[in-house]
Amino acid sequence: MARMKFLCDADRCINCNACVTACKNENEVPWGINRRRVVTINDGKPGERSVSMACMHCTDAPCAAVCPVSCIFPTEEGVVLHSKDLCIGCGYCFYACPFGAPQYPRIGNFGSRGKMDKCTYCAGGGGNEETGSTEEYKKYGANRLAQGKLPLCAEMCSTKSLLAGDGDIIAEIYKERVLKRGYGSGAWGWMTAYHEKISV
Amino acid sequence: MLARIRHALAPLVFLTMLSVVLQAHAQQANPNAPVSPDASAVPEQTLLQEESRIQGRIDIPDKRAGVLIQPAGREWDHFHEVTLRWLGAIVILGMIALLALAYVVLGRIRISAGRSGRKVLRFSGFERFSHWLTAVSFVVLGLTGLNITFGKLLLLPIVGPETFSAFSQISKYAHNFVSFSFVVGLVLIVALWVKDNIPKQVDIDWLKQGGGFIKSKHAPAGRFNAGEKMVFWFALGAGAAVIVSGFLLLFPFYFANIAGMQIAQVVHAIVAVLFIAVILAHIYIGTAGMEGAFEAMGTGEVDLSWAEEHHDLWLAEALAKERIAEPPGQPTPAPAK
Repeated sequence: MARMKFLCDADRCINCNACVTACKNENEVPWGINRRRVVTINDGKPGERSVSMACMHCTDAPCAAVCPVSCIFPTEEGVVLHSKDLCIGCGYCFYACPFGAPQYPRIGNFGSRGKMDKCTYCAGGGGNEETGSTEEYKKYGANRLAQGKLPLCAEMCSTKSLLAGDGDIIAEIYKERVLKRGYGSGAWGWMTAYHEKISV
Repeated sequence: MLARIRHALAPLVFLTMLSVVLQAHAQQANPNAPVSPDASAVPEQTLLQEESRIQGRIDIPDKRAGVLIQPAGREWDHFHEVTLRWLGAIVILGMIALLALAYVVLGRIRISAGRSGRKVLRFSGFERFSHWLTAVSFVVLGLTGLNITFGKLLLLPIVGPETFSAFSQISKYAHNFVSFSFVVGLVLIVALWVKDNIPKQVDIDWLKQGGGFIKSKHAPAGRFNAGEKMVFWFALGAGAAVIVSGFLLLFPFYFANIAGMQIAQVVHAIVAVLFIAVILAHIYIGTAGMEGAFEAMGTGEVDLSWAEEHHDLWLAEALAKERIAEPPGQPTPAPAK
């Protein structure tokens, strides 16, 4: 089975934030929650790069490890999902996440964060809701993966900077690009998320 | 001829070289100079070597999301899942084993002179209230705190995920709100007892004599002996540490960023584990470990013989005060010495 991953080719990202908007719209993400965001490094300086970042669906996901109620788990495809029925909103996954992916509906004083929300790789939720059901959509957002579609953020990326899909295939695509154009700033976050680099 | 050409070209070569160097320099210094689109971006690994977190500019209002990558999350994960578990298990189980050993070897420390039947007030009602407010809060905080680290190992397999989540949700709120009564209790305790806990010469002698545990002879002590004073100062220091680090976590991002909160959690967890171990010893000596000790915090009154054996200097003072307070002519208890 394919191991799903994200890859942001920072040399192509133009900081248009279409991925952010697509994600919000597709999943009806509430106000104040950003499952995906674009961060610009070295803003205004030579070598400036923008990176689109969401949950990377890590190998040995640290959020899943620290969760005190074990409500986060990886699926067979490596997508890290969680159950909002079991989540207690303690915030530990946010401390552990290397990518700032876990989001909470409230600020969280006195531990009142509410249920954690994060990128689901457009693969529905990790609760007991039926796949593709309205309940699942309300709680977690779209389940495109079940329909054979990839996450919308990557699907509608205008420069095809953001890639989603089988990790081996997107790594190969990136490798070809780097060889052809002669440069590449690397697959951002891959070392931290998947313990691997794409060597060209 | 060749030499002449070379001679003539030399300044030209030099000028070309100079212009290349200057151009490169200008490109570095002048931000408006044309930049090659494939200008090598700083690679992620280089950025991470310079700083532990990669941060940048972000367009959304939530500026905290500007932290792009923080591999420290994995280190914190390792601390919480491996280091803390081992530390907690060793320190807490080790203390329980030590206390069990003490009970087997030393047994319950008896009042050697036997009960006199006469009582003397050791702790007033307000003092006992302050102690129990802190104590009950501590037990609630300790158990709910341990649940966050050990619950999924010990409790989750027994009660199942739904029940365990419901319990953990309640215990999270209990932990967050009971913290305030712990603060109140600790402040009261410190205010009431700090004057009796200043270390004195007698404490050094008490320690030298093994605190009366090793030898059958009881070492002299004031209202609090050196052991109790150590518990007091430890509780004050550890209490302050867990309170400060706890409140940093209770109000996320108000006082600390993500790195600050990771450190706060590490401090909170380590100090709390040590605190639990010390308090376990405190509970042991106040209950099963010593005859007549629990009454001090129970009814507030202790047996005269117990006071004579463990807090002779304080007893003498207390009786002297009582004698002044009582009208003359009435019989007053004389110290056994």
